[in-house]
Amino acid sequence: MAGKIVLCRCEDVTLADLEHSVSRGYRDIEEVKRYTGFGTGPCQGKECLAAVATQLASLTQQPAAAIPPFTSRPPLSPTPLRLLVRDPGAHRFPDDPPDPAASEQEP
Amino acid sequence: MQPVLDEEEDTSRADVSGEIRLPATLEGAGPLPASAEFVIVGGGVIGLSIAYYLAKRGVNDVVVIERGYLAEGASGRNGGGVRQQWSTELNIRLMQESVELCRRFAVDIGVNVWFRQGGYLFLARSAQEVTRLEKNVALQNRCGVATRMLEPRQALTIVPELDLTGIVGAAYNPTDGILFPWPFLWGYARQAAAHGARIFTQTPVSGLDPLNTGGYLVHTPRGAVRARRVINATGAWSPKLAQMIGVEVPTFPIRHEICSSEPLKPFLRPMVSELASGLYCSQSMRGEIVGGITIPGHDSTYGMGSTLEFLATYARRLVRLMPILGDIKVLRQWAGPYDQSPDGNPILGAAPGHPDFFLACGFVGHGFMMAPIVGKLYGEWLTGGQPHEIFTRYTLDRFSGATAAHHEKEDFNIG
Repeated sequence: MAGKIVLCRCEDVTLADLEHSVSRGYRDIEEVKRYTGFGTGPCQGKECLAAVATQLASLTQQPAAAIPPFTSRPPLSPTPLRLLVRDPGAHRFPDDPPDPAASEQEP
Repeated sequence: MQPVLDEEEDTSRADVSGEIRLPATLEGAGPLPASAEFVIVGGGVIGLSIAYYLAKRGVNDVVVIERGYLAEGASGRNGGGVRQQWSTELNIRLMQESVELCRRFAVDIGVNVWFRQGGYLFLARSAQEVTRLEKNVALQNRCGVATRMLEPRQALTIVPELDLTGIVGAAYNPTDGILFPWPFLWGYARQAAAHGARIFTQTPVSGLDPLNTGGYLVHTPRGAVRARRVINATGAWSPKLAQMIGVEVPTFPIRHEICSSEPLKPFLRPMVSELASGLYCSQSMRGEIVGGITIPGHDSTYGMGSTLEFLATYARRLVRLMPILGDIKVLRQWAGPYDQSPDGNPILGAAPGHPDFFLACGFVGHGFMMAPIVGKLYGEWLTGGQPHEIFTRYTLDRFSGATAAHHEKEDFNIG
């Protein structure tokens, strides 16, 4: 049954995967993320983190409040590289070509 | 996405319900043993590799103590590159052996680490960079690595998506590769544990007291372990552990950032790296484009925050080099510490004046790729074998005394 309960839809991580992770000692939420892959897909945990944390709390007999979320990673949502290339915060290397004019850059 | 572990198919270990029950690899709670032949501090790839080879060679009380969770440091934060394109003969030869161990890892260790030999393509934008590559390639060829110099147009046959504007030469070795770092750690951890090693996570070392009889009392919040020998495999944190017994390790942490994209259909065979900026990227077996860049001039820090400066700089250089990647989406970025040594080479062997305190640090961002061979050589040496050259040349005392001026520098650290 646990193999049919999906906790992370992006990476197909099931309750059985979580149980396996916990049984091997991978119980820290950061370890569980790496061992099962949950939260590493397009949603980056926005959908699945609460579900995994709740089940992890139950499996490890802790209150849910004892399990902090894993470190959230920028960007907030999947971001095309193209949107970043003219950011004024980028480091300029000595051989960087000058920025193209905005009119040439945008599609 | 979880790699298949061979134990999952080992039904002989299943109980009546069909569930496979194995002892936990990691011990995140409970007391530590009172004593051990070896205490390895640091549950990264270096410490776990050494633990595996020691345990496999019959040392039955190896203890690994990890401050946080497994893969919390640089071992869980790197790009997974494994290359033989180095600038010194010793590093080239070490990496030839490490690549061979990576090739056999899935069979030897029983974990799929998604090792893929798609090669490494280094790109030069100046005549000086070409000269540097040519010198390295000649040395690599003498060692039996089949690196070759390419004209820019030849590089296009390997990566047709490159924009060759400003590229004046390239070096390519088809047997370099990439792997998925996390299962590499799980594999070493599981096999070390299967051979009797014990791995304690969530356990910071709070003190090291030298014992009159040799060895150390290793203090932790979960109790103290009397260790016959201690191995410092704490990566960028190595100077802090060494300071507990008054040993000065001249390495320092440099934060490097890295990012990963949405998964794409496989199209990019080699790791691509541009010398001018330290830009590198590869396509993992999950399909993600994983890459980073070196932004010069940052202070030494243990901070692991992410910056827009990094992502914008990476985007700018990567899209210039491979314009087609402008449309791919970044999913996440993170950071990890390089353990920067003064000459770019690791620091190994016993600390001078401390014959029971061993160092395995200063890997400058290439500890992951060197871990298989360094762990193997350490395991052989510390179970009675002859010390390999790395334990006489990569010692801490090379930075002081009469030989300080003569040691070789490694200048091909990337990313």
